[in-house]
Amino acid sequence: MKRNQIALILMVASLLLVSAGCKKKVPAPPPPPPPPAPVQVQEKPKAAVINSFTAEPSTIVKGESSTLRWSVANSTTVTIDGGIGTVQASGSRSVSPTENTTYRMTASGAGGDAVAAVTVYVTTPPPPPPPVEAPKPSLEQRLSEVQDIYFDYDKSEVREDARAILQKDADAIKAILSDFPSAVITLEGHCDERGSAEYNLGLGDRRSTSAKEFLAQVGLPADRLKTISYGKERPACTESNEACWAKNRRVHFAGAQ
Amino acid sequence: MKRIQLLLGVAGFGALAVMGWSAGQQSDLVIKFLGAGKPTIALPDFRGAGGAAQYADVFNKTVFDDVQRAGVFTMAPKSFYPLNPPQQESDLRTPAAPEPARRNAPPPVAKDCGGRCLSDWASSPVSAAYLGFGYASEQNGQFVVFGHLYNPTIPDLNGARLFRKLYNGELNENGARQVAHQYAADILNQLGVASLAGSKVYFVSDRQGRGTKEIWSMDFDGSNEKRLTSFNSITTMPAVSPDGTRLAFTTFAKGQPRLMMYSTVTGRFIPFLNPQASVNAQPNFTPDGKNVLFASTADPRFMNIYISDLDGGGLRRLSNVRAVEAEPKVNPKNGHDVLVVSGRGGMQQIYMMNIDGADPVRLTTGEGEASNPAWNPNGQHIAFSWTRGYAPGNWNLFIMDVSSRETVQLTHGEGRNENPSWAPDGRHLAFSSNRTGKSQIFTMLADGTEVRQLTTQGNNYMPVWVK
Repeated sequence: MKRNQIALILMVASLLLVSAGCKKKVPAPPPPPPPPAPVQVQEKPKAAVINSFTAEPSTIVKGESSTLRWSVANSTTVTIDGGIGTVQASGSRSVSPTENTTYRMTASGAGGDAVAAVTVYVTTPPPPPPPVEAPKPSLEQRLSEVQDIYFDYDKSEVREDARAILQKDADAIKAILSDFPSAVITLEGHCDERGSAEYNLGLGDRRSTSAKEFLAQVGLPADRLKTISYGKERPACTESNEACWAKNRRVHFAGAQ
Repeated sequence: MKRIQLLLGVAGFGALAVMGWSAGQQSDLVIKFLGAGKPTIALPDFRGAGGAAQYADVFNKTVFDDVQRAGVFTMAPKSFYPLNPPQQESDLRTPAAPEPARRNAPPPVAKDCGGRCLSDWASSPVSAAYLGFGYASEQNGQFVVFGHLYNPTIPDLNGARLFRKLYNGELNENGARQVAHQYAADILNQLGVASLAGSKVYFVSDRQGRGTKEIWSMDFDGSNEKRLTSFNSITTMPAVSPDGTRLAFTTFAKGQPRLMMYSTVTGRFIPFLNPQASVNAQPNFTPDGKNVLFASTADPRFMNIYISDLDGGGLRRLSNVRAVEAEPKVNPKNGHDVLVVSGRGGMQQIYMMNIDGADPVRLTTGEGEASNPAWNPNGQHIAFSWTRGYAPGNWNLFIMDVSSRETVQLTHGEGRNENPSWAPDGRHLAFSSNRTGKSQIFTMLADGTEVRQLTTQGNNYMPVWVK
């Protein structure tokens, strides 16, 4: 190429000049060559060129939007289908297709047309995440729903009114046992303060055993029910009156995992 | 109820102690609780010299308490005492010789010498049959007491002297108390009565708080309290082996109540194999010390009575009833009769059966509720708690002659009175009562008199009085 030659020559000449400058005065350089004659190019009409056509992001979740960007040269008109229509040579447009959509761009130029396409993929959103779980109640909290049952003085038979409560307790305990597979429920037998401490150990044991037998009869696993008699050692109420004594003649349910 | 009298009187008791309350005597045994016939004793305070002075009060109080509590003397009121009691034998004078008696004249009246004459004590108003006197001093860093006991009704000084004795102890409060116990024991010995000095009371206390109970011990007079267990749990219902070397009890330390055994000699735990049961409780040793009885739900339906070797092996069932049974107590004399509290007839009552479980008989009438049976060391009388005549829970103490079923009521509604335990002398009882508010340990003479409160801290229960 001529240009290159000229450039080469110029470069060599400048090198010579520099090197000459280092030495001694050199004679004045020759006058530059005449500029090369301009290349006479036939002016043909130019074809349209699509420099870029993108969708960002190319994948959206239904309801979101994607931005189409494009840059076209030498065009007379640019159209994008899919309901967008004629656009400028460069620009952007936000689209929110509801399904996979391919956008076709047609750039018309005097010298020819250019076509490009970009597809926006639409995904359906995943199902909603599970709702935030309420903290699981502890064994103790669950057991607080299991009601104590009460007994008559010096008696260990489950009273009629206590049977209904115990039936409810059985359902609650059954649920607890399945939610806490390693839990063992302790049936505590208690007495009021009037009997002797010694005899009451036996009476409290009878009460917890009666309750256990009832629960086993309605289908609870006996091996996960344990009895303990506290006699009158752990009163729920410490006053010396019938109201208080009645509260102390009880079977209370406790648990351990 | 028939009127019952238990011979606790001086002469009677001495004779019984010697003769062992034989069967022949027992059938027409006259049991007398009224204390008539007790000789009167005067115990003027000892004074202390030098370093002993500060401990004289402790000494005097202890001597007086020991002698009074024994219940065999009438204590002459101190306000009746002459002002100038003797301290040593050389203080004693014979009254100025009265005018020679004339034939057929009334006997001469001895002159008052302000306390220095024995007759001052023998005559009204003191009217003492016994006079204890002496003094305390410090000698070689010791608390030394020179104690005497005289019979002031005998004019001749040598004849009147019952004993004189030197006692040595440490020069501190405890030493003074020990010396006092020894002197009091020697006085009581004159009537053939064993002193309680040296005996101990095991008991249960909740004074540590947090709902816990531990086993404690103390001297018979309430001094020297010591905690023996530290489970931070409910530890209760103590029993002591006849030789005093083993303490057994019931503890919730491992969950369900079970028995544990402890050596009072080494302070270590002794293994005891509990039967598989939701309750193992209320140990009681046989008099030969080879077996232990207890209440157990080894058969899970009802707490019944079982017996085993000391290590828990050789388990046998004694009772087999469809009712709660508790508190086995073996007769300490014959090792054969077993007292038990049973609900087999309804409300809890005291029954007696053979040690093989045979021939159960009800001892109490069936009225109210009866519990806490305790054998007198004589093997013939029992003390127990009963609500007869009161609402449930209002326990009073009773004594029963087992052969005749005759009973005497000792407390009468002063709070809840429970868990009587006989003293080694068979004449006193320790028990718990909430008569002052909280439950405390008391002692009293078996006629209900001479009541002393031993404990004050927290609630205290279930005394066991041992040698």
